[in-house]
Amino acid sequence: MLRYIARRVLVMLPTLFLISLASFFIIQLPPGDFLTTYAAGMGAQDAIVAREHLAALEERYGLNQPFHVQYWQWISNIVCCGDFGQSFEWRRPVSSLIWDRLTLTMLLAVVSTLFMWFVAFLIGTYTAVRQYSIGDYFWTFVGFVGLAIPNFLLALVLMYISFRYFGQSVGGLFSPEYQNAPWSIGKLWDLFQHMWIPVIVIATAGAAGTIRIMRANLLDELHRPYTTTARAKGMQEWRLIAKYPVRLALNPFISTVGWTLPTLISGEIIVSVVLDLPTTGPLLLRALRSQDMYLAGSFILMLGVLTLIGTLLSDILLAWLDPRIQYDKVGSR
Amino acid sequence: MTHIEPSSQTDPLAETTPLGAAPPASSPVGSPTGPGKGIAEAGNAGSGGNLYTASQWRLMWWRFRKHKLAMASGIFILLVYVLLVFAEFIAPYHSSDHNAAYQHAPPQRLHLFEETPDGSRFNPHVKGLEYETDEETWRRSFSPDEEQVYPVRFFVRGHEYELFGLFTTDIHLFGTTDPEAPMYLLGADRLGRDVLSRVIYGTRISMSIGLIGVVMALVLGVILGGISGYFGGWIDSAIQRVIEFLRSIPEIPLWMALTAALPRSWSQVQVYFAITVILSIVGWTTLARVVRGRFFSLREEDFVTAAVLDGASRPRIIFRHMLPSFTSHIVAAVTLAIPAMILAETALSFLGLGLTEPTVSWGVLLREAQNIPSIAHTPWVLIVPATAVVSTVLALNFLGDGLRDAADPYNK
Amino acid sequence: MQAAVGADLAQDSLLSVRSLKTQFPVDQGLVKAVDGASFEIRRGSTLCVVGESGCGKSVTARSILQIVDRPGRVVGGEMLFRRRLRNGSALTGEEEIVDLAKLDPKGAEIRDIRGRDIAMIFQEPMTSLSPVHTIGDQIVEAVHVHENLSKAEAKDRAVDVLQRVGVPKPKQRFDSYPFQLSGGLRQRAMIAMALVCNPVLLIADEPTTALDVTTQAQILELMHELQADYGMAIMFITHDLGVVAEMADDVVVMYLGLAVERGDVRSIFHNPQHPYTRALLRSIPKLGLGARTGPRTRLDTIRGMVPDPYNRPAGCPFHNRCDEFMPGTCDRIVPPPIQFGDRREVRCLLHGGAEEDTR
Ligand SMILES: Nc1ncnc2c1ncn2[C@@H]1O[C@H](COP(=O)(O)OP(=O)(O)OP(=O)(O)O)[C@@H](O)[C@H]1O
Ligand code: SF4
Ligand SMILES: [Mg+2]
Repeated sequence: MLRYIARRVLVMLPTLFLISLASFFIIQLPPGDFLTTYAAGMGAQDAIVAREHLAALEERYGLNQPFHVQYWQWISNIVCCGDFGQSFEWRRPVSSLIWDRLTLTMLLAVVSTLFMWFVAFLIGTYTAVRQYSIGDYFWTFVGFVGLAIPNFLLALVLMYISFRYFGQSVGGLFSPEYQNAPWSIGKLWDLFQHMWIPVIVIATAGAAGTIRIMRANLLDELHRPYTTTARAKGMQEWRLIAKYPVRLALNPFISTVGWTLPTLISGEIIVSVVLDLPTTGPLLLRALRSQDMYLAGSFILMLGVLTLIGTLLSDILLAWLDPRIQYDKVGSR
Repeated sequence: MTHIEPSSQTDPLAETTPLGAAPPASSPVGSPTGPGKGIAEAGNAGSGGNLYTASQWRLMWWRFRKHKLAMASGIFILLVYVLLVFAEFIAPYHSSDHNAAYQHAPPQRLHLFEETPDGSRFNPHVKGLEYETDEETWRRSFSPDEEQVYPVRFFVRGHEYELFGLFTTDIHLFGTTDPEAPMYLLGADRLGRDVLSRVIYGTRISMSIGLIGVVMALVLGVILGGISGYFGGWIDSAIQRVIEFLRSIPEIPLWMALTAALPRSWSQVQVYFAITVILSIVGWTTLARVVRGRFFSLREEDFVTAAVLDGASRPRIIFRHMLPSFTSHIVAAVTLAIPAMILAETALSFLGLGLTEPTVSWGVLLREAQNIPSIAHTPWVLIVPATAVVSTVLALNFLGDGLRDAADPYNK
Repeated sequence: MQAAVGADLAQDSLLSVRSLKTQFPVDQGLVKAVDGASFEIRRGSTLCVVGESGCGKSVTARSILQIVDRPGRVVGGEMLFRRRLRNGSALTGEEEIVDLAKLDPKGAEIRDIRGRDIAMIFQEPMTSLSPVHTIGDQIVEAVHVHENLSKAEAKDRAVDVLQRVGVPKPKQRFDSYPFQLSGGLRQRAMIAMALVCNPVLLIADEPTTALDVTTQAQILELMHELQADYGMAIMFITHDLGVVAEMADDVVVMYLGLAVERGDVRSIFHNPQHPYTRALLRSIPKLGLGARTGPRTRLDTIRGMVPDPYNRPAGCPFHNRCDEFMPGTCDRIVPPPIQFGDRREVRCLLHGGAEEDTR
C-alpha cells in the first residue's frame, strides 16, 4: 500500500509542476505590467510612496529578470516559506487572504462531493436494478435536465425560491451575528444551515454524470457470472446485489472524483459569486478584475493543488477498496 | 447470432478506460470503446473503402431513427440554427433598439381574433400598453390598453438590416404593421429592449461560439488524439500527461483567468474569437480521448492490417482508412461537446468576464437578471434566456446521446 | 408445501425433467432456448449433457435452479426433484417430491434448494468468483446462507472443504483473492464452495473448458473422487466427448433446445440411434471407451450451421443438416419421443412417429 501511494505521488509531481507553471504564466499574462496598473490606480499624492514601494517590489520579485528566474523565485518562496507574494489591491501578503477562503471552498467541495455521491449512489443503484422502469426513465430525464441547467442559474432560482417562500435571507454562509465570531458549535450549526443551497447546486453539477456511471457500471456488474454464482448459492436477491455487483460498481464510481472534483470546484466558484459566499469565488473574480495577479495566481495554484490532492485521496481509497489495484493488476477494469 | 449471451458480449476494451477520467457528459465507461463488431462485419476488409463507410452510416441512421427523443431534439437544433442564420430577419427588433417608455414592460398577449360589434374576426393583434407609476417605489405597472389594437402580420417592414452582408432590406418575418407600436411578446428589459429579439440575437453568438469552439477543439483533438492513438509509446504518454493535467485543473478558474487577461482594448470580435480559443483549450481533451480510444481498437482490425501490408503510408492509413471508419463516433462526441462550450460561455459572460454589451449572448442576457429583486419584479428577463439555454443544451445532449447509441450500439 | 406433488417418480430417480421449456422474449423475437427437453438424473450417478454451442445446455442447467438470466423464464414442463426433508438443519431421512418448475424464482423455497440440495459450478472460475472478496469469504457465505453456524465454525468447515478438494495450505488460501490463485486452484475453490453444504446434486457447466489439459484431468479425477465421497449425483455439461466417455453413466444429446437422444453411455457410444448423435461421434477420429488420453476434438465439425434461434425450422429441428433427411416428412412432422430398451429414448422419424401426424 505504501509503495502504491509513493508511486502515485511520484506520478503527481509533473502535473504539480505544470500547474505551478500555468499559474505563474497567468500571473504574467495581463497586458501591461501589473505594477503599472497598480501605479496608475494610485492618486498623485501617493506617488512618492508608490515609487519607493514599486522599487522594492521590483527588487523583490526580480521583475527585470527572465521568466524562469522569476518563476524560480516565486515558487521557491511558496515552497520554502509559504510566501505567495503580495496582494496589490489589499496591500497584504497573499497568504493572509487566501487560506480562510480556500478552507471554506474545500469544505463546500467535500460536503458537496459526499452529498453528490450519496444521491448518485442511491439513484444510480435504483435505476440499474429497475432498468427500464418508469422510475428509471424519470431519473434519467432528471439527470439530463440537471446537466443542462447552468450552476449559477440553479443558484439564482433556489435563492429566489428560498427568498420568496421561506423568507430566508440567503447569500453568505453565516448569519450576521456569527460573521466575525470565533468558531463555536453555534457557528458551525449556523454554517450548516446556510450550506444547503450551495451544496445542492454544486452537487447537481456532478450528479448527473455520476448517476450515469453508477447505473452503467452496476448494469454491467449485474450480469457478470459471479452474480449468478451468488444466486446459485441461494442468497437473497437484494443481499447479493448489495454484496457483489454494487460493491464492484463502487470502484469506478469512486474513481469519478478524478473529474468531478474539478467540476465541483468550478461550480463552487461560480455559485459562490452568485450567492456571495465568503469563499474563493468572489475574491478571485475581484482579483482578476483588478488584475491583482499574485492573489489570483495563488488562488489558481492552490485550487489546482487541492484538486490534485483530492484526486490522490480518492485513488488511495480506491486502492484500499479494490485489492487488485495494489497488487498491480490495474490492467483491466 | 450468439451475441445475445451476456458473457460473450464483454468487450475487453470497455474496461480499459483509465481510472477517473470519464468525461461527464459521455458514457460512463468512456466512449473510446467497443469496436462495433456488427459494423465491421458489414464492411469489407481489404481496401477498407467506401462500402465500409457507407454501410456504417446507413446502419447508424437506422439505429438513430429509433430514438424518438433524439430525432425530435435534432429537429429542434436545426430550427435553432435557422434562427442563428436569419436572426435579423426573424427578430422583430434589433437587439439594441430601446424605448424608455416601455422599460420593464411585461409580456404582451398575442390575440388572434378581434372582437368587433359584428362578432369576432380573424385579426392577429397586440393591445397597446398603458402604465401607472407608483409614487413610492417608482415602479411602473403596465396594463393593456383595450382601445388600441395593433395588427400583427407576417413580412412587415421594420428597421433596415443587411442580410449576410449581401443586400439591405427592412422586411421582417413578423411584426406590427405600425412600426411605432409596442410589441413585447416576451417582455422588455430595464431599457425597454425586446427580450424576444435579444434572445434571438443571443442565439447567434452563443450557438456559434459552441460550434466554432468545437471545431477548433476537434481539429486539435483529432490531430493529437490520432497521434497518440496511432503511435502509442512515449508520444502517447506525453500527450496523455498533458490531457490529465488540463483536466485536473478546475476549468472555470482557468477560463476566468485567461479571459480576464484579454486586453481591454480588443474589439468584440477579437474577444469573441479569443473566448472560443480559450474554451477549446480544455474542450479538445475529451475529443482526443475518443479518437485515441478508437485508434487503439482499430489498429488491430483487419482492414487496417491489410492496408499496412499493402504498404500504404501512415498518413494515408490514418486519414483514408481509419478516420472515416469512426467519424460517426466523432460526430456523437462533438455533439456532446457543444453544450459544454455553450454553458461555459454563458457562465463566463454571466460573471462579466466574457462578452459584454453591446454583444448579446445568452450569458450576457442572464447577467441582466442577477439580483433577487429584479427576478421578483421582471421574471421574464431571467426566464426567457434561461429557457433558451436549458432547452438547447438539453436537446443537444439528447441528440448527442442518441447519436452515440447509434454509433456504438454495443456500448450502452 | 405447495409445490410438493404425487410420487410420480421412479425410485432411483433424483431429478426428472419433463418437456422443459425456457424462453427469452427479446427485442428481435422469442428465443426458445429450451423447447421440450426431457431427461432423468439418477441418484449418485453422472449424467453428461452434450451438444453444440447454443443448443441450450447452460439454459437447461440454469432452469433447474431457476436462475435463468433476465428476460428468460421457465414457461413450461416439470422438473420433479426428490428433496431431503429437514428438521432445522438436521436431515430427517425422509424425502418429498417438489416440482422446481412451479417454484417462484425469487421465492424462499427455491433459494433454500439452491446451494444446499443442488449446487452449481461454472465454466470460468475467474469471472464466476467475485474479484474483490476472498475465496474464504465467498465459501463461508454459502454456509451462512443455509446454516446457523458461528463464524469460527463456518470457517472451519470451509477450510475443511478446501482441504478435501485438494487446495494446498487451505488456511492461508482462505484469505486469498481469486486473482492470486492459478486457474486450477480457482476451480477447486469453486468446487469447494459448491460442496460446502453437501448437496445431493452438483451441476457442473463445462467446469474444465477454461483449463489446460493437465489441470483438466486433475479436476475430473477430483470430481470422480468427490462423487464417491459425497454420494451425490452430477449433471455434467460438456463439449468434449472424451470427457463424456470418462465421466458419464448416462448421456443426453441436445440439439436446439431439445433432448434428441438419451440413454446410458455404453449404448449411446456403441449404438447411436439419432443421426445427430452419429454425426457427433463421427467427428471424433477414434475413441476407445474409458480412454483417458487421446485426441479430444470439439464438436464443431458437423456440416451446416445451427439454425437461427428466432425461427426454428418446422418439423425435425435437425432436418436442414441431416444426412438421412426424408423430404416431405422430416420438414413437416415433429419427431415424437420413441422409447426403446432400458432408459433409451430418441426423437427421430426414422425410428417411428412418421405415420401419425403429430402436429
Ligand atoms: N440472456 C439471454 N438472452 C437471450 N437469449 C439467450 C440468453 N441466454 C441464452 N440465450 C439463448 O439461448 C440459447 C441457448 O444458450 P445456451 O447458453 O444454453 O447454450 P449452450 O448450449 O450452453 O452453449 P455453449 O456450449 O456455448 O455454452 C442460445 O441460442 C442463446 O442465444
Ligand atoms: S427426423 Fe428426419 S431430419 Fe430429423 S433426425 Fe431423423 S431423419 Fe434426420
Ligand atoms: Mg453454455
